Amino acid sequence: MPQSAEKILDHAPLFREPEYRQMLAEKKLNFECPHPDQIVTDQREFTKTWEYREMNLAREALVVNPAKACQPLGAVFAAAGFERTMSFVHGSQGCVAYYRSHLSRHFKEPASAVSSSMTEDAAVFGGLKNMVDGLANTYQLYDPKMIAVSTTCMAEVIGDDLHSFIENAKDENSVPRDFDVPFAHTPAFVGSHVDGYDGMVKGILEHFWKGQERTEAAGTVNIIPGFDGFCVGNNRELKRLLDLMGVSYTFIQDASDQFDTPSDGEYRMYDGGTKIEDVKKALNAEATLSLQHYNTRKTLEYCEQVGQATASFHYPLGVQATDEFLMELSAISGKEIPETIRLERGRLIDAMADSQSWLHGKKYAIYGDPDFVHAMARFVMETGGEPTHCLATNGTSAWEAEMKELLASSPFGKDAQVWPGKDLWAMRSLLFTEPVDLLIGNSYGKYLERDTGTPLIRLMFPIFDRHHHHRFALMGYQGGLRVLTTILDKIFDKLDRETSETGVTDYSYDLTR
Amino acid sequence: MSLDYENDGALHAKLIEEVLSQYPDKAAKRRKKHLSVAKSEDEAGEEGEVLSECDVKSNIKSIPGVMTIRGCAYAGSKGVVWGPVKDMVHISHGPVGCGQYSWSQRRNYYVGTTGIDTFGTMQFTSDFQEKDIVFGGDKKLEQIIDEIEGLFPLNNGITVQSECPIGLIGDDTEAVSRNKAKEHGKTIVPVRCEGFRGVSQSLGHHIANDSIRDWVFEKKDVEFEAGPYDVNVIGDYNIGGDAWASRILLEEIGLRVVGNWSGDATLAEIERAPKAKLNLIHCYRSMNYICRHMEEKYGIAWMEYNFFGPSQIEDSLRKIAKHFGPEIEEKTEKVITKYRPLVDAVIAKYRPRLEGNTVMLYVGGLRPRHVITAYEDLGMVIVGTGYEFAHNDDYQRTGHYVRNGTLIYDDVTGYELEKFIEGVRPNLVGSGIKEKYPVQKMGIPFRQMHSWDYSGPYHGYDGFAIFARDVDLAINNPVWGLYDAPWKESPRRGRAMAAE
Repeated sequence: MPQSAEKILDHAPLFREPEYRQMLAEKKLNFECPHPDQIVTDQREFTKTWEYREMNLAREALVVNPAKACQPLGAVFAAAGFERTMSFVHGSQGCVAYYRSHLSRHFKEPASAVSSSMTEDAAVFGGLKNMVDGLANTYQLYDPKMIAVSTTCMAEVIGDDLHSFIENAKDENSVPRDFDVPFAHTPAFVGSHVDGYDGMVKGILEHFWKGQERTEAAGTVNIIPGFDGFCVGNNRELKRLLDLMGVSYTFIQDASDQFDTPSDGEYRMYDGGTKIEDVKKALNAEATLSLQHYNTRKTLEYCEQVGQATASFHYPLGVQATDEFLMELSAISGKEIPETIRLERGRLIDAMADSQSWLHGKKYAIYGDPDFVHAMARFVMETGGEPTHCLATNGTSAWEAEMKELLASSPFGKDAQVWPGKDLWAMRSLLFTEPVDLLIGNSYGKYLERDTGTPLIRLMFPIFDRHHHHRFALMGYQGGLRVLTTILDKIFDKLDRETSETGVTDYSYDLTR
Repeated sequence: MSLDYENDGALHAKLIEEVLSQYPDKAAKRRKKHLSVAKSEDEAGEEGEVLSECDVKSNIKSIPGVMTIRGCAYAGSKGVVWGPVKDMVHISHGPVGCGQYSWSQRRNYYVGTTGIDTFGTMQFTSDFQEKDIVFGGDKKLEQIIDEIEGLFPLNNGITVQSECPIGLIGDDTEAVSRNKAKEHGKTIVPVRCEGFRGVSQSLGHHIANDSIRDWVFEKKDVEFEAGPYDVNVIGDYNIGGDAWASRILLEEIGLRVVGNWSGDATLAEIERAPKAKLNLIHCYRSMNYICRHMEEKYGIAWMEYNFFGPSQIEDSLRKIAKHFGPEIEEKTEKVITKYRPLVDAVIAKYRPRLEGNTVMLYVGGLRPRHVITAYEDLGMVIVGTGYEFAHNDDYQRTGHYVRNGTLIYDDVTGYELEKFIEGVRPNLVGSGIKEKYPVQKMGIPFRQMHSWDYSGPYHGYDGFAIFARDVDLAINNPVWGLYDAPWKESPRRGRAMAAE
């Protein structure tokens, strides 16, 4: 009997005990009707070949292990970045349970959102009644300052019109006439979560800015961060930099406090976020900067329409991307980049110089959202690494072109390949046929790490199986240090593991590296 | 080992009144039917003493905008019933999200070569685009099935898990499945589990059960020599290895588990189920349908059992043994005796640390009652419980478990649960990931009772030891004592309201 009260074994050790091993072996043999071992081995080996890769990459319809989510997730994340805002997702209710779970599993934090809980009758007659009742209930129970409405694909397929539904609900006094209910249609069958983010931020800006007079306040900037699982660390770091520069800025959408509430005995359903008053005033900003271009294409278009200058970045991470971001800020705000920031920059460069021998020539596979992949590839090249595979399931042809331009700008990008629209099962083939030293992505990459032996570095949403990484910034020079250290730790840990066999590799297991 | 206690029914009634007063009238009227306080029930039921009556309405549509914790039919079919069948490819048919959010989240443990002959922790999706909505997705589905056959030839079958749009745009997944099954000589099962069907996960379970009946049973000649002690375990999804910790006991008492539904299952285990002598059902809510069908069609008896905590395990083992007669009964007593020292040692270690601690539960369709005795075996007290998607027959069964005065909440809303927890201040809450962090922020220990909080197994004797350890580590961790900054006057915490 493997179990004892003194030393309680949970699943990880328990099922490796002989009793269980034998039981499982017999189960397989007697009841599972498995394929013969040889056939399984042969197929496994076949999946490592170029021949399988070609079949795999030729797929047209099937998607396996994609690295993207659907629009409403982005909308719910976006809404969480505004003061006392409740997300209200119109359509089937199971979706909302999924968004909430997904966000909670990553942030290890509460994630609130409500559904209009449409069922079969609503599929036939439309969901107006659900909207009318739902808004009334949400307003009364959860005391929000704003309710941000988005849609599941069910509501989109049957064609519910949010604008008229919300008007109807106001007519029926579900919420006061002047209560803010911005909305965005977020069909799951178009784009991905980054587009849902875009749609919701644009919806909120339109709601507050439409028909308002704009009086430009020179030198002020709006910052839109984009869908970012590291918002907690990143937004705070960027604010520190902006404060150091003395820039007058407004974050439009900031979930850094919402997804990082303290434990002190009080559950805060709402915390932080862009104040509604600030959203209104943000119309007057001279410029709006997006930290993630592919998260804000429509929003920035709208900002231009109201007369603002705009600029977008690809997740300002690493040296040059941070340089560009700060210089742009400086140009718009007229504020100089202070010496303290230059020293910070120097410290990152110092760290990179100290470690360059361990990073030079390392090959990477990078996947994730389009802006993140761009940023990582760029930083990897700054360290002398080669971004061999750059993959974004939600990457467009415009992203592909931009990536190719980036890669062409450095000798370290010479052999790199860009994979827009591909999934992680495709990545598996890429890693087998053209192996790399390190894989950069999110928790889903652990299956690739297991199959191909490529060490995984988790730097993108969602990270379910490691805790608290998102609390630390990746952006800016400080963030660069964090990324650099994370990569180096992975390299050193691997080297130590590979040289730790006593009697075989007593050499190479160096104390100083 | 059972405890004798009553809960503070008056406090609970007051809490119900308070939460209802916050709703708009229409919603309050609807929610009222789902909340109650368990009352004493004098008459004894057939299967033993009924402890109380839980009189709430259930399996009714959730109210819009209140933050229900429920999921959908797709979650019930793909996430619960079909997803764990490991040698089949389960296509999340529709847009990308549903499959993405449910990817690898239910911890249905299995052994196999993932991606080669086993497909459990993978996400197969048809990733619908606008054109698929406009022109229909049947052609795409055909191509997907062909591509699966090319890239994953060792799959033993495919299921098509319909997401919301499929039923709305009028796709004929049945026809595609039928044709492709013939072409490839494989089992292909269309499951009409669109998320808007029904009111919760529950209808998805039912639809998935029906799809086994209609698309798997009697579709192949099953060569299998049945034995006298053959049983199927039905409704154990092997969360954290639950089914394995159960199987080991059933084998020890002399039974042969020919199929486990559906944790760590292969299609073969499902196909041959009708040859077994008895169906042992753990999760009654999600799989009673197929048990009833097998009873009617094949004359296989079924029996509910409960492998949470030693009291229930012993009862269940004896009940199961009785079905098979003296030989099995004798072995069963030996097994119970063999594990008794472990049970005694676990209880001796943990009961003194947990005695009298109060617990509130809110889980799916089985655990809100099934786990109660396991807590009581550790000297703990259940003050409130409720289900996401139970039906009336579940609440009837709940009366066998809960005490007079227990707070009962069906399809609880985020608001209600928060207020109930605040008002009761239990020592532990057992619920899901969406509830975990709000509760912990309040300074109340929490365990996820869907995923076992990444621990487990909790079934069987081996599982009980882990359960006891986990409850103890949740409640007796020092972090709960660090919430108040010492320079601030601390608001009194603990069971403030309950003590009043």
